[in-house]
Amino acid sequence: MATEAHQVAGEMAPEAAGMPQLDFSTFPNQIFWLVITLIVIYLVLSRTALPRIASVLSERQGTITNDITAAEELKQKAQDAEDAYNKALAEARAEAGRIAAETKAEIQAELDVAISKADAEIAAKTAEAEKAIAVIRAGSVDSIKAVAKDTAKEIVSVMGIKADAKTITAAVTARMKG
Amino acid sequence: MSADVETAGPQFHPMEQFTVEPLFGGHAINWYTPTNVTLWMGFAVLAIILLLVIGTRRRAIIPNRTQSVAELAYGFVYSMVEDVAGKDGLKYFPYIMTLFIFIVFSNFLGLIPMSFSTTSHIAVTVIMALAVFISVTAIGFYKHGIGFLGLFWVSSAPLALRPVLAVIEVISYFVRPVSHSIRLAGNVMAGHAVIEVFAVFVGMSLFIAPLALVGIVGMFAMDVLVAFIQAYVFTILTCVYLKDALHPAH
Repeated sequence: MATEAHQVAGEMAPEAAGMPQLDFSTFPNQIFWLVITLIVIYLVLSRTALPRIASVLSERQGTITNDITAAEELKQKAQDAEDAYNKALAEARAEAGRIAAETKAEIQAELDVAISKADAEIAAKTAEAEKAIAVIRAGSVDSIKAVAKDTAKEIVSVMGIKADAKTITAAVTARMKG
Repeated sequence: MSADVETAGPQFHPMEQFTVEPLFGGHAINWYTPTNVTLWMGFAVLAIILLLVIGTRRRAIIPNRTQSVAELAYGFVYSMVEDVAGKDGLKYFPYIMTLFIFIVFSNFLGLIPMSFSTTSHIAVTVIMALAVFISVTAIGFYKHGIGFLGLFWVSSAPLALRPVLAVIEVISYFVRPVSHSIRLAGNVMAGHAVIEVFAVFVGMSLFIAPLALVGIVGMFAMDVLVAFIQAYVFTILTCVYLKDALHPAH
């Protein structure tokens, strides 16, 4: 009976062919193969394809996250290195300034010592020279006295006046004091 | 009318392309007979394996084109399920992905000239829509027990209106698998039939042929869109129904 029905459908198909979609004799066939197909696709997807794609996607996400973290770390390191460099530079600069100031102070101190020493020497030499000058001056006053007495004696004797040496000396001395 | 056309000359058989035929001769179509349905569903399975399994076999961090497409399809459906049905809908992602990828590949394989569109058949789409309907209803009752019926009891409406709305809600709930399945089969079938009609026009006369050719190109372009959009619509409606089952409260 079933074959009869199929034959009838087969005979009708060419001329009617209105809607093969409504040819119910093909429904069991289509449904059977659809179910098989869907089961196969489901098995392929759930066993292989979907877990694989999910793992690839999460792996990629992980890689990207790791890379970003690594990049941040490297950036931080570079920042630290720059900071350290700047710090070292500042320290070196401060050190150089300190050394320069120290050296300057040392030189200044040495210079001060040398200058005061030189001043003292100069002062001593000046004093000596002044002493020498005083001696010379004293010497010269005495010489002048002697020359003045002698000159006075001579002048007096030339004028023809006899005068004793004591009086002349006293007179000259008095005059020179005045 | 059909007799009139037959005598007039050009033969319109726009629906002939949808005929289910045994692959190896004969007329008898038993449930196990390998038919063109088998062939083109087999091609769909092969294409799916080619894209989603062979295409991703390198598991590359930097994907090649095929792997990119596979990941794109995965992400497309995954985010659809997550956005529409929520986080707890992700448990059913493999089932929804199965439906989506099967419909998409069947639709696109059906666009190959001389091929057979499995998704143009009500038998195919009804089974898928019924599978969605039955499993979604089962999930709803399993998760919420009798509380799932709250889906039909619109608590935000005035009390007097609620029984009326409940009747409407129940009817619309049971119409779901019908619209769900006929939308897909109807769209695919109509597009193919129109192309076939245009093709007959091309053979009819030299004056109509260019116009009909342009019509075929335009129709084909639209069918490419429809092939994807209908797969998308079927899938997103599945997600919406799933959401109703998981969170029935209005």
